[in-house]
Amino acid sequence: MAENLETATYGAVLCRGLGRSYGDSSLPAKASDKVVATRLANRILHFDPSTGVLRAEAGVSLVELNRLFIPRGWFSPVTPGTKFVTLGGMVASDVHGKNHHREGCFGAHVRALRMRLADDSLIECSPAEHADLFYATIGGMGLLGHILEVEFVLHRIPGPWVWMESERVADLDAFLAALGEAAPKWPMTMGWIDCLHRGRTMGRGILMAGRWAEPGEVSAEPPRPTREKSVPFEFPNWALNPFTAKAFNAAFYWRHFRRHFKGPIAPEPFFYPLDAIHDWNRVYGARGFTQYQCVLPRAAGAAAVREFMDRLTKLGAASPLCVIKDCGPEGKGMLSFPLEGTSIAVDMAVSPDIQRVVDSLNEFVIEAGGRIYLTKDRFTRPAHFRAMEPRLEKFLAVREKWDPQRRLRSAQSVRLFGDPV
Amino acid sequence: MKAVVLGGTSGMGRAIAQRLAERGDAVFLLGLDEPDLERSASDLKARHPKHAPIGYALCDLERPEGFAAALDAADSALGGFDSVIVTAAMFATQDALEADVELARRLVTVNYANTVVFCEHARKRLLSRGGGRLTVFSSVAGDRGRKPVAIYGSSKAGLSVYLEALDHKFHAAGLSVLCVKPGFVKTAMTTGLKPPPFAGEPDRVAASVVRAMDARKPVLYAPGIWALILLIIRWLPRFVMRKINF
Repeated sequence: MAENLETATYGAVLCRGLGRSYGDSSLPAKASDKVVATRLANRILHFDPSTGVLRAEAGVSLVELNRLFIPRGWFSPVTPGTKFVTLGGMVASDVHGKNHHREGCFGAHVRALRMRLADDSLIECSPAEHADLFYATIGGMGLLGHILEVEFVLHRIPGPWVWMESERVADLDAFLAALGEAAPKWPMTMGWIDCLHRGRTMGRGILMAGRWAEPGEVSAEPPRPTREKSVPFEFPNWALNPFTAKAFNAAFYWRHFRRHFKGPIAPEPFFYPLDAIHDWNRVYGARGFTQYQCVLPRAAGAAAVREFMDRLTKLGAASPLCVIKDCGPEGKGMLSFPLEGTSIAVDMAVSPDIQRVVDSLNEFVIEAGGRIYLTKDRFTRPAHFRAMEPRLEKFLAVREKWDPQRRLRSAQSVRLFGDPV
Repeated sequence: MKAVVLGGTSGMGRAIAQRLAERGDAVFLLGLDEPDLERSASDLKARHPKHAPIGYALCDLERPEGFAAALDAADSALGGFDSVIVTAAMFATQDALEADVELARRLVTVNYANTVVFCEHARKRLLSRGGGRLTVFSSVAGDRGRKPVAIYGSSKAGLSVYLEALDHKFHAAGLSVLCVKPGFVKTAMTTGLKPPPFAGEPDRVAASVVRAMDARKPVLYAPGIWALILLIIRWLPRFVMRKINF
């Protein structure tokens, strides 16, 4: 753990923020590798209230940023589904959020990065300066250099409330149609679907759309902080089985008892519904869990999404949580995840069967012309990744230029790119 | 509040300085490293909604001859201060201290003798203006002689007794002294040590320290669970202490 990243990253092979990646991207390949935990490097170096430009150390978390800036009328241009993420992590994963169709990924709002490279030199990069390094770092999983400082632009918000409208949708086709309809109308959209239900109502779910509320339509009081709950102990492995998962989903679906909801909501439950329950992962017991997230291109159509769901249920990958999102055009980050189309994310308990499940899903994704999200990946095979990532050659060429010895590496890069251990 | 923080660029000092700046207090940082002080001051300015003065000066607990000048710099930058916070100290493992007598001498001098000298400078300035608050980080390690922190703990034990006496002596004159006794907190200082099950986060500890300062409490265990743990430890008979490696 380090407060001063400039000294701490000397000779390190990887940086790790809050460790919320679902896979092995922030883990070292071997125990003797030096990994720098960045979360104590939490200083904001500059904020210009006339433009919203903010420069901060990479360990500043979104929790902190929200706490400081929402009351002052500013918000991160893009936020992922958890606030337990550092700025460095947001760059390395090039995170996307509910507003991807409007604002793209976080990287689109980054103006400059200060980095320590593999040869231990320090460098500043931006779209104008060392652009190849800049765009390979955005979404590059921390493999191009250690991110020390991030400069990006905050967005003005009219107040501390979000206006949300949501509705219950009975099946997958209606769901995808509603998602497509909501996208041009709303800056933020996402959906939760019950992927355990089969047959006619497969893909029933709840569609949520939101925008920042104008001061006139909500109370002048800022939302009260909610008391956060936590899962106090690890559940036994049997606690989560197809039956309880189904019950959970039904409860979630019917909790939304009115067909429509319309009204103001605090930013926290809107953006980070799962952060409200700390140590959520304990529900999965000691075996743990991972997530599988892929994006299927628009061209593949609704049929591909339905087929993906079919395959998922047939594989028995029972999941209490399946999040679906509409993605906008591909960004400039060389390995950034989103692609114009539909993104699907499912939680999966780690079981002896998981490799087969992931392989089978990956084969489908490759066929459909989609790709997976590295931040959530633990089980993809190198050949599969190569097949779904035409941009990989270019990324590796930039890596070759800045780190020919592949000194910077993670367990994930050793697995996927064959880096030396 | 107008606060001077010695050690405000790192660990719990940083977290406290950040909290104070966020609520609009004027803050002056004292520390060892100029670039570090500058970055930390920028951080406080960016967090500060009302633009009260934020400043910094060099001050090293190993150089007591510089204490007066550092406090004078704070005085003129803030237009007088009413609160002094000391979080700076040295830490080393018992093994390292046993292996190197010179290191042990430095640690005991910094954590006890020089910290007392600094507090004396601060006390005089605060009392000359009718009192104020002095907050100093001691440690739970000073509550009982324990094997894993024999030398470090003894330096903190001396400091705790000094702070208690200071509180008795000058309380009526308007000076309130807070002795903070942190248990294990996850900061750069404790990196590499295995955290116990109830290790604290710097943010939450900082919030409790600021609350205790405002309430003019004399002693604070942080996180609070350590008050209970130390209550038991203090009452353990010597033969039990000899057996356990806590």
